[in-house]
Amino acid sequence: MSKARLMQGNEACAEGAIAAGVNFFAGYPITPSTEIAESMAKLLPKKDGTFLQMEDEIASFGAVLGASLAGAKAMDATSGPGFSLKQELIGYGACAEIPCVLVDVQRVGPSTGQPTAPSQGDIMQVRWGTHGDHPVIALSPWSVRETFDLTVRAVNYSERFRTPVILLMDEMVGHLRERVELPESVEVYPRRRPHESRAEGYEPYRPASDGVPDTADFGQGYHIHVTGLIHDGTGFPAGSPTVTRDDIRRLHKKIERVGEEIIHVEESFLEDARFAVVAMGGTARTAYEAVREARKEGIPVGLLRLITVWPFADAALLRLAERVDSILVAELSYGQLVREVDRAVHGKARVELCGKYDMTSLTPAEILANIRKLAGRDA
Amino acid sequence: MMERSYEKYFREGRLPHIWCPGCGNGLAMKAIVMAIEEKGLPQDETVIVSGIGCSSRASGYMDFDTLHTAHGRAIPFATGIKLANPRLHVIVITGDGDCTAIGGNHFIHGCRRNVDLTVIMFNNEIYGMTGGQGSPTTPLDRLTTTAPYGTSVRPFDACHIAMAAGATYVGRSTAYHVRHLAKLIGEGIDNKGFSFIEAYVQCPTAYGRKNRLGSGADMMKHMRDSAVMLSAWEKLPADKRQGKFPIGCFLKREVEDFNTSYEELVDRAGGVR
Ligand SMILES: Cc1ncc(C[n+]2csc(CCOP(=O)(O)OP(=O)(O)O)c2C)c(N)n1
Ligand code: SF4
Repeated sequence: MSKARLMQGNEACAEGAIAAGVNFFAGYPITPSTEIAESMAKLLPKKDGTFLQMEDEIASFGAVLGASLAGAKAMDATSGPGFSLKQELIGYGACAEIPCVLVDVQRVGPSTGQPTAPSQGDIMQVRWGTHGDHPVIALSPWSVRETFDLTVRAVNYSERFRTPVILLMDEMVGHLRERVELPESVEVYPRRRPHESRAEGYEPYRPASDGVPDTADFGQGYHIHVTGLIHDGTGFPAGSPTVTRDDIRRLHKKIERVGEEIIHVEESFLEDARFAVVAMGGTARTAYEAVREARKEGIPVGLLRLITVWPFADAALLRLAERVDSILVAELSYGQLVREVDRAVHGKARVELCGKYDMTSLTPAEILANIRKLAGRDA
Repeated sequence: MMERSYEKYFREGRLPHIWCPGCGNGLAMKAIVMAIEEKGLPQDETVIVSGIGCSSRASGYMDFDTLHTAHGRAIPFATGIKLANPRLHVIVITGDGDCTAIGGNHFIHGCRRNVDLTVIMFNNEIYGMTGGQGSPTTPLDRLTTTAPYGTSVRPFDACHIAMAAGATYVGRSTAYHVRHLAKLIGEGIDNKGFSFIEAYVQCPTAYGRKNRLGSGADMMKHMRDSAVMLSAWEKLPADKRQGKFPIGCFLKREVEDFNTSYEELVDRAGGVR
């Protein structure tokens, strides 16, 4: 461990990226994510890495995809409006299976919204924003240290599954300052490499045993073709129903097949709970406080925190719903996460929303009041 | 000069191509491989990046590492490639719509940034792939499917844009002048910086037919008759320029390319290389 430092969530994200081997960053300034770009602008040249400020968010993500294909570990960071602009190329990254990380430090929307205010209203655009069927991995940290850890995890997942991975932060965590000790080194998933030569019939998009292709980088002599058109194992477009179905199915299956291994949740005070709060990111910190207060009042309530937001923790929520009577979903939006929770519990528990969308974070008192109501303890 | 064989630069298994009979895209693609051969670019270290459109399909036929990106986005992808691995020679193929409409912002910033890329814009003055809608380079009063009464907005001159925006090599030639086009592309490859070459190509299907410009061959005859070498163009009085256009190298300037400046930045930052 290095010695303790006072650090912001956004800075920890940059530190995590460097630790995980990110050597290319392209971005476009936008509050509340800008400190990530600024930190990368300072850190990367010292490591002989490349930092680029591009002309817009589409260009920056395009540069990231290109850099990754040329062998770099590449990252981009933005907030809601910029994320909206990147949507077409996020789908490109998923379709052409290009490892990279995209950070979204959420702010209030729609549109320019409230630039400096916290929100968690991008959960659905992260999942469904780009057109067509595609898998998504999104991770959401609740502390500065966890921002570091999840950035490392995001980079590693992107390499392992060859897909863009979203680090879904919020303004609370992005701008939170905490004392953290960072590890000297972290485990790094290396770039996948071809195991055959061209003469042996290597195909850049033929899946390895884990369903993920060992696609060569540009410049390795494989003469690969990369396209956003539906393609077969050769990487070339093919206009047949079978190829289309197989390609789209494989994109999903390569992530579905690992199941719960990548779906991380954290449970607190749930052993004997009859009520539960579900939350993520900065809101989960507030919810944790509220749950502790409620426990002092004798309410048997616990917290389920989503660390992996996508793929959604369906199984964990169903197990939770089988144990508790009701679930309170605390989130900073008009109600997005709550719909997903409601879907996942299959009617086995009552699901209530504690949402907020007025520029301010939820307070422990607000969540506590809702817990009391849930438990039938309101005055 | 002996006729060379360029077969090794094509993925024969991917042919026949999708282009219509008489289309100029094949000629412009040939000019690119002629320049690659001439300049001796290593096939394993050359990347062809394209956008979306008929012209951008060329990447799939060329036997290099190739990247068929999204509509308008070839230059950003190419920028990432060149900066991540400066050893690679990066050539961009784009259409007039791809480059100057949806990709216009990337185009001008590419010129300004001066990354060592060679960008070849196949200008057929139309959206070919989607069936003949007007593009930013369609001349006034032409018929397109989205301008059934004639275009009423002035066209862009992409070379003017490139020169104004800071490209360090700018030239234009046509599908009729394949050798000349190849020469300009070669000069673009030699230039260590952002090079822009406009390759004027014919689209008999989505443009020629509607505007009664004849077959592909007729359209090429028109290129032969209306393209004027720059040196001659400069001597041409204004009234004689009507209906003609200049071809040749319009601009060459010495400006440090992005990778070189970035290396200096790394040194200033005390970076370890
Ligand atoms: C984001 C997006 N918008 C629109 C299209 C549809 N589209 C495909 S090619 C094209 C125009 C191509 O014209 P140009 O760049 O001039 O190339 P050409 O086909 O003439 O070679 C358009 C509008 C698309 N593929 N993606
Ligand atoms: S539509 Fe035009 S540009 Fe496209 S292939 Fe046919 S002739 Fe060429």
